Amino acid sequence: MIELSHIERIFHVGDQQVHALRAVDLSIARGEYTSIMGPSGSGKSTLLNIVGLLDRPDSGTYQLDGADVTSLSEEQHAHTRRDKIGFVFQSFHLVSRLTAAENVELPMMLAGIEPAARKPRVQQALQAMGLENRAHHKPEQLSGGQRQRVAIARATIMQPAVLLADEPTGNLDRASGLDVIAVLESLVEKGMAVVVVTHDPFIGERARRQIRMEDGRVVSDRTTTPPLREPLFGN
Amino acid sequence: MRIADILRFSVNTVRGNRARTVLMLFAMAIGVAAVVVLTALGEGARRYVTSEFSALGSHLLIVLPGRSETAGVGPSMFVAQTPRDLTIDDALALRRIAYVQRIAPLNVGSAAVSYLQRSREVPVIGTTSEWLEIRKWVMDQGQFLPPEDPTTALAVCVLGGKVRNELFGAQPALGEWVRIGDRRFRVVGVLGGQGRSIGMDVDDMVMIPVASAQALLNSSSLFRIFVETRSREELSLAQESIVKTLAARHQGEQDVTVIAQDAVLATFDKIFNALTYTVAGIASISLAVAGILIMNVMLVAVSQRTAEIGLLKALGAPQQQILRLFLSEAMLLSIFGATFGLALGALGVWGIGLVYPALPVQPPLWAVTAAVGVAVGAGLLFGVLPARRAARMDAVQALSRR
Ligand SMILES: Nc1ncnc2c1ncn2[C@@H]1O[C@H](COP(=O)(O)OP(=O)(O)OP(=O)(O)O)[C@@H](O)[C@H]1O
Ligand SMILES: [Mg+2]
Repeated sequence: MIELSHIERIFHVGDQQVHALRAVDLSIARGEYTSIMGPSGSGKSTLLNIVGLLDRPDSGTYQLDGADVTSLSEEQHAHTRRDKIGFVFQSFHLVSRLTAAENVELPMMLAGIEPAARKPRVQQALQAMGLENRAHHKPEQLSGGQRQRVAIARATIMQPAVLLADEPTGNLDRASGLDVIAVLESLVEKGMAVVVVTHDPFIGERARRQIRMEDGRVVSDRTTTPPLREPLFGN
Repeated sequence: MRIADILRFSVNTVRGNRARTVLMLFAMAIGVAAVVVLTALGEGARRYVTSEFSALGSHLLIVLPGRSETAGVGPSMFVAQTPRDLTIDDALALRRIAYVQRIAPLNVGSAAVSYLQRSREVPVIGTTSEWLEIRKWVMDQGQFLPPEDPTTALAVCVLGGKVRNELFGAQPALGEWVRIGDRRFRVVGVLGGQGRSIGMDVDDMVMIPVASAQALLNSSSLFRIFVETRSREELSLAQESIVKTLAARHQGEQDVTVIAQDAVLATFDKIFNALTYTVAGIASISLAVAGILIMNVMLVAVSQRTAEIGLLKALGAPQQQILRLFLSEAMLLSIFGATFGLALGALGVWGIGLVYPALPVQPPLWAVTAAVGVAVGAGLLFGVLPARRAARMDAVQALSRR
């Protein structure tokens, strides 16, 4: 589904060049559960941003669902993000003046989906996250774990093919972090590709495919045979 | 994105930021209200003066002593001129001009009017019988001044309604003798309530024959001579004749000014229109200031909401959509502000109407339209820069800020 070949990303800071990605080749199949680990500054976030079409590589090509998306326009990129890609961030990025339900509704609103069609989907998504009675709470009234689950509900409401999570447990304690991982893994079960960037080896090693980056390069990429681990929770 | 959703999102943002919203609404509202109130005042003054002068009738010339204009630079400019008096004989000479239908010399002063123990200081107008027809006034009781020779100082007077009431109360006034200054006059009539007329309160004055007024006020000069021509077409012919006739009577010197009622009206119209445009212009500066405030506040909003903008981009909003969101927010604020301002302005106009009931205060439609237009335009114009900044923001960098 995702084909990156020879991706380079260079940042210019003053007259210095930071080579954030060097000749990265990577392909991710539909429904694959991937973790990316590596030291700070190794290019994990940069790679994820390019996969998510938030950033453009300086060279190399990116094929998504068999089509070259490297040179699409800003608007086409936006529409592709809307329809095919979901993001989960370390700092949740919920809109603080909107309720949980409104936050989840946001992508459908941006996509121009009918209000009547939106409501049941929001309800269903919140229910799937165990947040049905938090629908009308503002983010500040929710715990960190609950916030991240709202963010996941929002990221998946458009049923994207791939979910990109950049340190989704970075701001959470262990228990709610594991909660969030359980939710992500349940998405994998339903056939969604999930890419998790993490510093936590326990979390990273749960993924079937584990990528290690150093200094802008992919230094190891191994796929284990399932089942590697028991599900975190019963269901 | 649906328009209803854009609006809902903007309203939500605007409501979520009370202090900022109230501030901007006030800035816009004050601008719009200022335009509405100030133009209403200007327009009210114009209408007031226009209606006063139109009441004078359309073929009227007014003769006043002294020249009001100096043609070119000449020695006359530097000579201190004391204009010759305008006399009753001058007025009578004008009546002999073919185009002239009626004349009314006018003398104005003020004196104490008393009856028994009651006394009041009121404006005293000296004129002749034709004044009534020239001004189209109506009598409430009795007769106006009798059509005697204007040079005869008859001891008769006509009272304004209010003066009559204050001096006589419920008693009949006709035929009674009142004291004006140091002379006695017999009341022959009471004026009907015609309200105000070019700055004179008809209710609150006493009219006596012009010769009596000259004696009473101890002045030989007339204040004005009102001349009514036979038709409107003869106005300029009559004007020339009047100037010539009076010059001949004043040793060839043109020391009077003759103004046509129309010209006065047109001048006042021009002056008040200019005034209205000026205040509208000044007031709209405050609209521009409000616009700049909107820009400022929106720029702050954009930088405060950087993370949100990044999020919207990540969720699939193209630049155009973010531009529209921020523009609609600025527009919404200026539309609300303008509406609020219209209400505030209407309140102000209503208040002025209460304080000055005689002034027909009403904002001209063009001013209201322009004020709202400029307000919304300013919102749009000054909203563009912040909205574009938001739209062009780099998504990754926006998201890395919290
Ligand atoms: N906008 C930018 N401008 C300049 N340099 C940048 C920019 N973004 C990233 N970099 C640099 O690119 C390199 C890779 O950054 P990246 O954020 O991808 O690292 P990371 O692996 O996500 O690190 P971390 O684990 O700390 O999040 C770093 O050296 C970083 O300093
Ligand atoms: Mg990172």
